Amino acid sequence: MDSSRLDATFLALADPTRRAILARLVQGEASVRELAEPFAMTQAAVSKHLRVLERAGLVSSGRDAQRRPRKIETEALAEANGYLERYRQLWDRNFKRLDALLAE
Amino acid sequence: MNAQQSQTLEITTPSDREVVMTRTFNAERARVFSAFTEPELIKRWFGLAGWSMTSCEVDLRPGGKFHYHWTNDENGAEYGLIGTYREIEAPARIVHREDHDEAGNQGDATVTTTFVERNGLTAMTMTMLFDSRELRDKAIESGQVEGWGVCFDHMANVVGGV
Repeated sequence: MDSSRLDATFLALADPTRRAILARLVQGEASVRELAEPFAMTQAAVSKHLRVLERAGLVSSGRDAQRRPRKIETEALAEANGYLERYRQLWDRNFKRLDALLAE
Repeated sequence: MNAQQSQTLEITTPSDREVVMTRTFNAERARVFSAFTEPELIKRWFGLAGWSMTSCEVDLRPGGKFHYHWTNDENGAEYGLIGTYREIEAPARIVHREDHDEAGNQGDATVTTTFVERNGLTAMTMTMLFDSRELRDKAIESGQVEGWGVCFDHMANVVGGV
């Protein structure tokens, strides 16, 4: 991954709303309207966030011309990240809590 | 076995549809088994940063269901993990099915968890066999996104607004 692409990815991810949008898209495709619902935010504001995510290659638009569902592009995430590393860290944090519980 | 080494989490992907996690705990296996199967104990360790476990139901018998439910502390989003126990050999082995919840969250895997005790330490091995490669990758990626969230919380402060 070249450094300008990495910069765009990092910048796109450095915002809690955009991370929440990505977390939602991990569950499946969603239209702008569906994405706006949980955020108490206008569709225009969500579209602005989506443009930042699209520029970073993290999100793309689907083929359905009416809904234009957005989907997550995992390749950019995977490139910017060790493929299994975050997953490992997630479980590692769980198991460290379990260590503390077992030590009681 | 060196304690530091023993408590390192190892994750491997031996085939297209599998994820295997191994971890050793400094406790007898009956206690580790309890921590994996008793709701009051599960609630204390199993989850994601920024999400609270709001419900944990376990019916520990073959054919019995479990249902874990989390709520996002910031935006109130809901996340569920549901499944059915297939085989229970306490405190050595559990086989369960994980199914996607109403919202279509990750799942659709057969999970075999074994607990082996040696010298007072318990080695846990969890083999998750997903129904497809796509489902496995999705499960890994959802973990990635959460990981990004934690990782970039501090970066958001450094970078500032866009």
